[in-house]
Amino acid sequence: MNYIWGILILGGVLLAAINGRMAESTQALIEAAKSSVELAIGLIGLMAFWLGLMRLAEEAGLVQRISRLLRPVLRPLFPDIPKDDPALGNIVANLTANTLGLGNSATALGLKAMAELQRLNPNKNIASNSMVTFLAMNDSCITLVPATVIAVRSSAGSANPTEIIGAVILATAIGFSVAIVAAKTLQRFPVFRIQAPTPEAQNV
Amino acid sequence: MSELLAAALRIISDWAIPLIAGSIVLIALLQRVKIYEVFIEGAKEGFNVGVRIIPYLVAILCAIAFFRASGALDLLLKIVAPVTNLLGMPQEALPMALVRPLSGSGALGIMSETIQTHGPDSFIGRVVSVMMGSTETTFYVLAVYFGSVGISKIRHAMWVGLIANAAGLLAAVWVCRWIFSN
Repeated sequence: MNYIWGILILGGVLLAAINGRMAESTQALIEAAKSSVELAIGLIGLMAFWLGLMRLAEEAGLVQRISRLLRPVLRPLFPDIPKDDPALGNIVANLTANTLGLGNSATALGLKAMAELQRLNPNKNIASNSMVTFLAMNDSCITLVPATVIAVRSSAGSANPTEIIGAVILATAIGFSVAIVAAKTLQRFPVFRIQAPTPEAQNV
Repeated sequence: MSELLAAALRIISDWAIPLIAGSIVLIALLQRVKIYEVFIEGAKEGFNVGVRIIPYLVAILCAIAFFRASGALDLLLKIVAPVTNLLGMPQEALPMALVRPLSGSGALGIMSETIQTHGPDSFIGRVVSVMMGSTETTFYVLAVYFGSVGISKIRHAMWVGLIANAAGLLAAVWVCRWIFSN
């Protein structure tokens, strides 16, 4: 992330200088800073709504029941989540919302799932394997109702705006499988191994 | 047939949230949960999460906006074009493929533009539509999700996200070629 961020900023400065686009680039930067905050603030209301509902679902035992129900499918993907932990139920809630194309609601549920995974994470500033696997699934999750795409297509006068749904599902299924395999493979690479201080090292 | 599908999908997206919210409240009520108080208790966290992600969002969205506006993205397009041509990516869909992981609103803009120029029912129009629907904005997801729990060391997450994007985007081209070639 450090490299990518550096490339984005330094590459931007260099190219803005070469292309003589300094004023436009500065304007874009200022706009983006403003819209980042608007985005985050805009999320708060729905975030609160779903966190409230999920708390209800937890108290009613719903999250635990879903976790138990889907354990056979999810266990191999998330081996470090303990049995019957509510984290699994929250992951399911997010993936379901994604599948239904619920946009910001899906994000709110996803952040709740992240909080649950962070509770289980021994190194609070380093991503756990489960988190990366979860984000990989989230990143390539099937959407049954790509509402925005359909809206754009139909306003452009498509004869059949929904004809792409089958193709979207198929393409996502491929992306989804690749994402999971990538997450499971890369987590073993030495570069990505968690370099947390061992208990012995801490004692020294 | 397609109208029926469209109607069904519209019903799903209209009903999903009320139905989910309704069932959770009903089940909680049957379990004698104090629904109002518990809801408030959970909802209190919403504000903190929103505020916590701001620095992460500012960092990534500003960098990407700057990179795009400076023309660096156009240069990158020229550099990767020979490689993506080899993989079967149509030249006209390349801007979409490159922006999709970086910026959701940017990708939406490019998709609309491409659909306007080439027509929604053209091959390119379909490819960019499928690209929009089949992957997420990796950098946004990384910033928001890891930001919400304060994680800065993301290990392999970025590579996994980009691999997922690449797979989804290429799959979009291949699947369109397969389904819509007559």
